[in-house]
Amino acid sequence: MADENKSKRRDFIFTASYALGAVGVGATVWPLIDQMNPDASVKALASTEVDISSIDRGQSITVLWRGKPVFIRRRTEEEIAKAKEVNLKELKHPEKDEDRAKNPEWLVMLGVCTHLGCVPLGDKGEYGGWFCPCHGSHYDTSGRIRKGPAPTNMEIPKYEFVNSNTIKIG
Amino acid sequence: MSDHEYTPKSKLGKWFNDRLPILTLGNHLTEYPTPKNLNYWWTFGGILTFCLITQIITGIILAMHYVAHADLAFGSVEHIMRDVNYGWLIRYVHANGASMFFLAVYIHIFRSLYYGSYKSPREVIWIIGMIIYFLMMATAFMGYVLPWGQMSFWGATVITNLFSAIPFFGEAITNWLWGGYAVDNPTLTRFFSLHYLLPFLILGLVVLHIWALHVPGNNNPIGIDIKKPSNDTVPFHPYIVIKDLFALLIFLIIFAFFVFFSPNILGHADNYIEANPMVTPAHIVPEWYLLPFYAILRSVPDKLLGVIAMFAAIFVLVILPWLDTSKVRSAVFRPIYKQFYWFLVADVLILGYMGAMPAEGTYLLIARVATAYYFIHFLFILPFLGKREKTLDIPMNITDPVLGGSAKPSMTREQKQKL
Repeated sequence: MADENKSKRRDFIFTASYALGAVGVGATVWPLIDQMNPDASVKALASTEVDISSIDRGQSITVLWRGKPVFIRRRTEEEIAKAKEVNLKELKHPEKDEDRAKNPEWLVMLGVCTHLGCVPLGDKGEYGGWFCPCHGSHYDTSGRIRKGPAPTNMEIPKYEFVNSNTIKIG
Repeated sequence: MSDHEYTPKSKLGKWFNDRLPILTLGNHLTEYPTPKNLNYWWTFGGILTFCLITQIITGIILAMHYVAHADLAFGSVEHIMRDVNYGWLIRYVHANGASMFFLAVYIHIFRSLYYGSYKSPREVIWIIGMIIYFLMMATAFMGYVLPWGQMSFWGATVITNLFSAIPFFGEAITNWLWGGYAVDNPTLTRFFSLHYLLPFLILGLVVLHIWALHVPGNNNPIGIDIKKPSNDTVPFHPYIVIKDLFALLIFLIIFAFFVFFSPNILGHADNYIEANPMVTPAHIVPEWYLLPFYAILRSVPDKLLGVIAMFAAIFVLVILPWLDTSKVRSAVFRPIYKQFYWFLVADVLILGYMGAMPAEGTYLLIARVATAYYFIHFLFILPFLGKREKTLDIPMNITDPVLGGSAKPSMTREQKQKL
């Protein structure tokens, strides 16, 4: 037993067996975990088309997309001006209004507070935009976080204008 | 453990016991030597066992009538309330039973804090208890989601969104929890599955909790180690059994009051409105038993740090046996700890109240102070106090100071000597 500390051929066999065993366990467990991820039927609902012809200036509608509310707001000139004149340095999550609303008249965003997922209330709060009743986050007319616990601006989903009366979200 | 050799009287009993010693176990549980000075704060273990069994039985029955589907769940709960024979009773017992369960568990935990039951050699009992407590909160939260009312839905949304605070993986984890991009039918069905599973895990942990308890035996109001069996102990049956049953009876009167006279007082009216993913109720509040943690979450202005503080508030309890450096268990002999103990009780009650109030202005300020004090109590006061506090003399045993006149110096030992 002089070479007790040297690794032996048997040690190699042990290590190789454990490694293969770990791969096997991983491969077996993964389906049991992955089954909880969004399934094919949920993913299939990935886009929705919305008719916006009946929305006047200053009005907004809420539609459901992937189980989440989406705010579509036709902003007034005043609101657009207010959103544009903000100094980006004052913002917690600096984003230009131009980048959030490609067509400044239409603001399309997920109506989900980035704090803990509540739906903020429109035409409320200290910045004339949205206010989340759950934990008191204030958003401006561009949906950017201005005050409160939410870490980021309300998310802008992928969307496009199919024609002048229809928006496709997703 | 003091098990003397036990032999069943009947021949059949002996035959069976030799193959599965369940009669020996039964004998151990009846004869189990218990400190004779246990007060009524020690009856909550039995009450909690009763609560768990009640929740499991009523829950299994409710699952026979409940439908776990986003379109049908709300209606099926109303069906239970209106159509199913005694459905209203079973559901009200189950819903209020959760509150009673938490009421009892909080008393049980605070009893342990007062009498130092978490200290050596009972750390493992305490840690198992904390795991049970954590699983209870998870089970209660998922159960509250099942009726699919507005509070169910938005409570689920807010709590699952806590995980979105995790850096990098937050969104992937929440989508995985939801089985979609928001709380929806896949979330409901998995919560139902887990809500059914967890109580049985809790039951298994309760067995371990009691097993671990029976190794050193019960702590007692004066917190000393006693000889077992001796004239300081009584057998579990009939002495403790009868006392536990009497306490359970009183507890059941309170339980029945809620079930029959104000079954909805602990709930929220908003939960009788069906879940609507487009509208958040004006004021979201969790169930009362989660409010202190909710207050801690909200009192931290940063999202991730708030979530960390909330989980830390639970974790700090898990490591409590090592934070409290005092060798003296019972607060009876710790005059200064006794005062801090009541400060902590008040602090947790204040946190609970602030959790129910809107997070703004004075409420938020008080919640922040109370959150800070909660952590100061466990992380600074307890370690320091254990080293500096001058404790009172501790009796040698339970009986002599009571029956042999006053506590003579010969019957006590100095704290210094013990250290």
